[in-house]
Amino acid sequence: MAEPAVRLQNLRKSFGALIVTDDLSLDIMPCELHAIIGPNGAGKTTLINQISGLIAPDSGTIKFDGRDVTGLPLHARAALGVARSFQVSSILPGFSALENVALAVQSRVGSSYRLLGCAAAESGLNEPALAALADVGLAERAHVPAGELAHGEKRALELAIALAMQPKVLLLDEPMAGTGSEETARLIALLRQLKGRFSVVLVEHDMTAVFALADRISVLLYGRILASGAPAAVRGDPRVVAAYLGDEME
Amino acid sequence: MRASLAASLPRPRGALPATTLPAGIFLVLALLPIVALLTGGSYLVSLGSRVMIFAIAAVALDLLVGYGALISFGHAAFVGLGAYAVGILSAYGITDALISLPVALTVSAAYAFLTGVVCLRTKGVYFIMITLAFGQMAFFTASSLAPFGGDDGLTIAVRNTVAGFALLRNERAFYYVVLFCLLSTYLFCRALVGSRFGRVVRGAKENPVRVATIGFDVYRFQLATYVIAGALAGLAGFLLANATEFVSPAYMSWQRSGELIVMVLLGGLGSLDGAIIGAAAYLLTEEWLSGVTEHWKVIFGPVLVLIVLFARGGLLGLASALVRRLGRG
Repeated sequence: MAEPAVRLQNLRKSFGALIVTDDLSLDIMPCELHAIIGPNGAGKTTLINQISGLIAPDSGTIKFDGRDVTGLPLHARAALGVARSFQVSSILPGFSALENVALAVQSRVGSSYRLLGCAAAESGLNEPALAALADVGLAERAHVPAGELAHGEKRALELAIALAMQPKVLLLDEPMAGTGSEETARLIALLRQLKGRFSVVLVEHDMTAVFALADRISVLLYGRILASGAPAAVRGDPRVVAAYLGDEME
Repeated sequence: MRASLAASLPRPRGALPATTLPAGIFLVLALLPIVALLTGGSYLVSLGSRVMIFAIAAVALDLLVGYGALISFGHAAFVGLGAYAVGILSAYGITDALISLPVALTVSAAYAFLTGVVCLRTKGVYFIMITLAFGQMAFFTASSLAPFGGDDGLTIAVRNTVAGFALLRNERAFYYVVLFCLLSTYLFCRALVGSRFGRVVRGAKENPVRVATIGFDVYRFQLATYVIAGALAGLAGFLLANATEFVSPAYMSWQRSGELIVMVLLGGLGSLDGAIIGAAAYLLTEEWLSGVTEHWKVIFGPVLVLIVLFARGGLLGLASALVRRLGRG
């Protein structure tokens, strides 16, 4: 069997007395879309934060492609190919949409200690950035300051930033949260199109999206994995239905 | 569409065209000695030199405060270190700029590096306090340097030569040397903020977590900026020591650091032009008001408060708002 793209081993994280990640182990395979679902407070975002390096686990190890990255900071993990979106859109509000993405392109191509030369005029940065914006349907809005974009557009911009990094692992923290049904449909279509190019960890409450996209689903409850497997198996699991899907599916 | 891509990207956000203002500023500065020649007296020329020296330090500080959101309250220390490099070298008979200028830049940059390594691990108010602390450290060290004047400062017998030529001893020539330094500093900083490097620094001001998530080590970029700003302040210190032919611990005091912040705020943050305008406005107002009354700070203080409250972009913001209003008819 292939080396997993991300391997989490015995992760533990607690905030004070609250255990948010409880001895969690999970493998994300190369190029699979792995959905993580669970009720609010199950520790989904905390898990994403630990994988991306925003917070450190109390114990346990995180490996990318077999390499232990538990001690590496955020930027070093990004350099290894881990991109993410945030639950609450995290963009550079004073930069244009294009410049937001061009900065991500710049991170990939390097030479960022160059002190001279106008970065905004570099077609080597702007063209891939514009292509990523076109992928998410934002090409027309390239020159609008990111802070002035509508909510759904900001979500799309976050995705464009992540795509421009050409990641090996893409962590998406509720990309559909707060978007309209039309935008959700477009995002699902886009993710389906991107599927297979890299691993995706998708945290999402929208069950239509999850069941439409996921190769495997893990259900998180109180920081533990309750069930993990193919969508059909998870959907049929009586524990999962009782704990979570019962309410969501009505 | 692609051709217009770069051109249509927003540069500084004022209504004034981006190049006319700096062109105007430097034209006025270049013509000032000629005007002074007509009116007679070198007072205007030496005042102009002083304004431009502080403008160099203010432009460097704007790089930190305006583009990096790094509110350094110890910027005067780097100016003072540059000045002390000139003073101490000349006390040992080394009076050529070919040696003293590189030494001044290196000493300031080195102090910026050593303190930046510590300061930049903190954020917000803590950063302000720790830069202030390092600034005061330099101040008290200079005050206790008994062989070099201690509290009283150190008189420099004669201005530096440049490769053996007494270029700086002519007030007008000195003025143009300072102008050249200001122009170089300005153009360098202008290029820097638009470069790949500058884009990372500006991005980290907007949202450091996002920039780190994209893959940049924000700390290193900020440290590099801090060292560059320190070295440029050292250049201002080198010129200041030569202008006044005197160095004193007062150059490094926290009040002086505060004045530099006020200059940047007064002119308008994050535009570089604003830093030059702010330095000029501050020093000229100080010069004028202190001639009117001994208690000039009583007038100057409230004026500053009003500008910060009602003209959020400083004098530059105020001016571009006026231009916009006039443009509308």
